[in-house]
Amino acid sequence: MNKIVSAEQAIAQISDGMTVGIGGWGPRRKPMALIREILRSDLKDLTIVAYGGADVGMLCAAGKVKKVIFAFVSLDFIPLEPYFREARQNASIEVMEIDEGMLLLGLRAAAWKIPFIPTSVGLGTDVIKNNSDLAVISSPYDEKDWVAMPALKLDVALVHVDKADSRGVCQIKGPDLYMDDWFARAAAVTIASSEDIVESDYFSSSDEARYVHWERSETTAVVHLPCGAHPTSCAPLYGFDVAHFKTYNASVKEAGFGPYCDTYIAGKDEQEYQQAVGGLDKIKSIPLPIY
Amino acid sequence: MTTTATEYRLCELMICAAAESFAGNGEVLATGIGVIPRLAASLAMKTCNTDLMMTDSEAWMLSEPNPVSGRNLNEGQKQESWMGFSRIFNNVWGGKRHALVGPSQIDQFGQTNISALGGTYRQPKVQMLGVRGFPGNSISHANSFYVPAHSKRVFVEGECDVVCSIGYNAERLPRGYSFDDIDIRRVVTDLCVMDWCGPNHQLRLVSLHPGITVQQVTDNTGFEVHTGNELTTTAAPTIEQLAIITALDPVGIRHKQLSDNPMGDRR
Repeated sequence: MNKIVSAEQAIAQISDGMTVGIGGWGPRRKPMALIREILRSDLKDLTIVAYGGADVGMLCAAGKVKKVIFAFVSLDFIPLEPYFREARQNASIEVMEIDEGMLLLGLRAAAWKIPFIPTSVGLGTDVIKNNSDLAVISSPYDEKDWVAMPALKLDVALVHVDKADSRGVCQIKGPDLYMDDWFARAAAVTIASSEDIVESDYFSSSDEARYVHWERSETTAVVHLPCGAHPTSCAPLYGFDVAHFKTYNASVKEAGFGPYCDTYIAGKDEQEYQQAVGGLDKIKSIPLPIY
Repeated sequence: MTTTATEYRLCELMICAAAESFAGNGEVLATGIGVIPRLAASLAMKTCNTDLMMTDSEAWMLSEPNPVSGRNLNEGQKQESWMGFSRIFNNVWGGKRHALVGPSQIDQFGQTNISALGGTYRQPKVQMLGVRGFPGNSISHANSFYVPAHSKRVFVEGECDVVCSIGYNAERLPRGYSFDDIDIRRVVTDLCVMDWCGPNHQLRLVSLHPGITVQQVTDNTGFEVHTGNELTTTAAPTIEQLAIITALDPVGIRHKQLSDNPMGDRR
């Protein structure tokens, strides 16, 4: 089985109105090259599920989004995501705002094919007040309230990995895989962009195989996209592009997303994008953040 | 032997006051979000509670806190386990954690907000971060609050615009729960130290920073603060504490956290 496709072919599997989960966390290891491919497409009315960063912001700014299911949308060192903020303050998107852990439970419920997972998380807060479709239930085992966190079934999940083979074996060797394994399992179709395509033998040793966090049956398509997480980080290979994020963040107060998109994304392929941001070597030399 | 420092900055006083929150906590994960809260948790781990656990703010549990400044990636860090973000929730929901966080709003019930200000759920006036992990943190483990600028904008009248964390609010208390299930500890501001041990879990003034009056606290709080107990003055840092803080922050980014970096003693 050969799952390697182009970014365009991969994104063609998404239709208007679908629910799309995006791996990574804030400014970390986001499948940004796949997001850019969506920005170049005619897709619209997507429901996005993410630990959000510029992925969510850019999709909102480009009018691709109907609804965002989120716990936060942040660039971390720039706490507030400029275009998500704009979309919220203009009421141009619907939201389901839930706790970070509830989002994880929703993905797990979808992965395990159960309708909900009970949790105390959300009780006593506006999370249950604002989300009318979030049920508070009683338990057969005690006399307490429980939040029934519903399964977040994804039509498509997008993730970015370090290495993959043509059969869809994906490796993330960075310090954290975030919730990418759960995004992959919660989705009917999982598209993985990968820094490198390797032969299957690459994973033979235990040291390599143990960094494969889900089975290849959970990966539908593999796209070879070196530095495909830029401007987010892909530790330990490269950090996030602080200067680029500053440019992106400033654009909201200047000419807006249109000119940003025209400069870097619209009408350009990924090689042209890389040239516009300084080239592959420059991306690979971006230092890792120190906390 | 400990020696009290005669000259110290307010940020250092607040770090020491906040570090005290972790004394007697035992083996819990201390999470300080932001420079001063992280220095407070780190100081606690080096002094009043050496059993504390801490992460590198990314994916590893540390046996020694990392410095908050002047660190070079090549120096490495003292790791004791992997602790990726998905594993954090196993710890959170198990309850062995104490987070020290800086909410944008805190109300009379100890409920907090980091999500949005004003407007409606559909259209907030100011979108902030989102609820992040606050709902789960608040119902699962101990939480303390850090407030760099004590004002009525933070300590709001009524309720927070978006209630992100459960507090001591009978109206919102879930079925089968009591206030004993909620564990909000200390509040350290630039004016004082408070806790939620007033009558019926009312916010209570515990100590005033040197040179600050009760009036300043009550004038800058949007709801009633219990002041009936015996007040103390927040303890000045010791020379030993200041040395540890300096080692944890050799570049001195703590001095950039409060506007004008005031002296700790404002008498």
